Amino acid sequence: MLQSDWPLYEVFIRGRNGLSHKHAGSLHAADSKMALENARDVYTRRAEGTSIWVVPSVEITASDPADKAAFFEPTADKIYRHPTFYKVPDGVENM
Amino acid sequence: MASTDIALTADPDPLFEYILRLGDNSLVLGHRLGEWCAHGPELEVEIALLNVGLDLIGQARLLLTYAGEVEGTGQDEDALAYLRDAEGFRNLLLVEQPNGDFAVTIVRQFLYDAFNLEFYTQLQHSSDARLAAIATKVVKEITYHFRFSAGWVVRLGDGTAKSQRRTQTALDELWRYTGEMFAVDDIDQVVVAAGIGVDRAALKPLWDQRVVDVLAEATLIRPDDNEFAIGGITGDHGEGLRHMLADMQILPRTHPDATW
Repeated sequence: MLQSDWPLYEVFIRGRNGLSHKHAGSLHAADSKMALENARDVYTRRAEGTSIWVVPSVEITASDPADKAAFFEPTADKIYRHPTFYKVPDGVENM
Repeated sequence: MASTDIALTADPDPLFEYILRLGDNSLVLGHRLGEWCAHGPELEVEIALLNVGLDLIGQARLLLTYAGEVEGTGQDEDALAYLRDAEGFRNLLLVEQPNGDFAVTIVRQFLYDAFNLEFYTQLQHSSDARLAAIATKVVKEITYHFRFSAGWVVRLGDGTAKSQRRTQTALDELWRYTGEMFAVDDIDQVVVAAGIGVDRAALKPLWDQRVVDVLAEATLIRPDDNEFAIGGITGDHGEGLRHMLADMQILPRTHPDATW
């Protein structure tokens, strides 16, 4: 069996408890069990992770770069959506 | 055979011999897996094999360092790894078998991992604190090794007609080296009686059950226990180990003071 026959998987790694999973890269594997083990061996060998997700790449629905203007540009002038218009009382930390 | 070889050392300390056997198993199999570097069937699988190999080299370092301390003549891990000839090695014949095709490498790993997992699980209770501590570290690594090799045995055995044929062939060829894992000698008896070692003979049924379960899932046939090849742990090795050591030892033997 050639690797070209193996489907592509996207790998997400959570570095530490409390953080979210982050996209680490992709790899080929014959099935999801192998994908998980391959991800462990390829992406966590320097102690990068405490949890791994693997997702078949074909299962990911991605936005089309051609839609960039319609999708993302309308938010550019809506600065009032940023929570920067509040006065923070003195003594309040960690805002 | 055992007595002559052991008599080669002036003062054959059974504990030293025992630790040397464990360290040599890890070192030789670790180096064998390293031979896959740049030759793996797939990038991901090659990295996986080398990760297992590096785990084993790490185990060898811990064990050979300890063996050198027990021996007390100043031999460190490097001296033991690089300056002994094949006759001085105490590894099982199984682990020195050449890599062959991917099926041979996987089956060799699987048969050994199944044994090693039982062995080191019990070695955690050794009365020797250092060995018990090493075992506790090593068991986690071997648990993954077994998961990896058993998973591949199932995948290959229950795969295509070709992968099944090759895997069954590998199993039939390597089975004759499995008996040595459970063949105890006087070194074992002394070290087990002291509460330090593990009774390898008693591991056979546990190993067998572990192996049979995986083989059933892999639709492979367990070979019969016929004649077993024995002799590695007393220094009686095949030609393959000599070739492997020539490759492994050439740098430190040619340039004894080399550092990097």
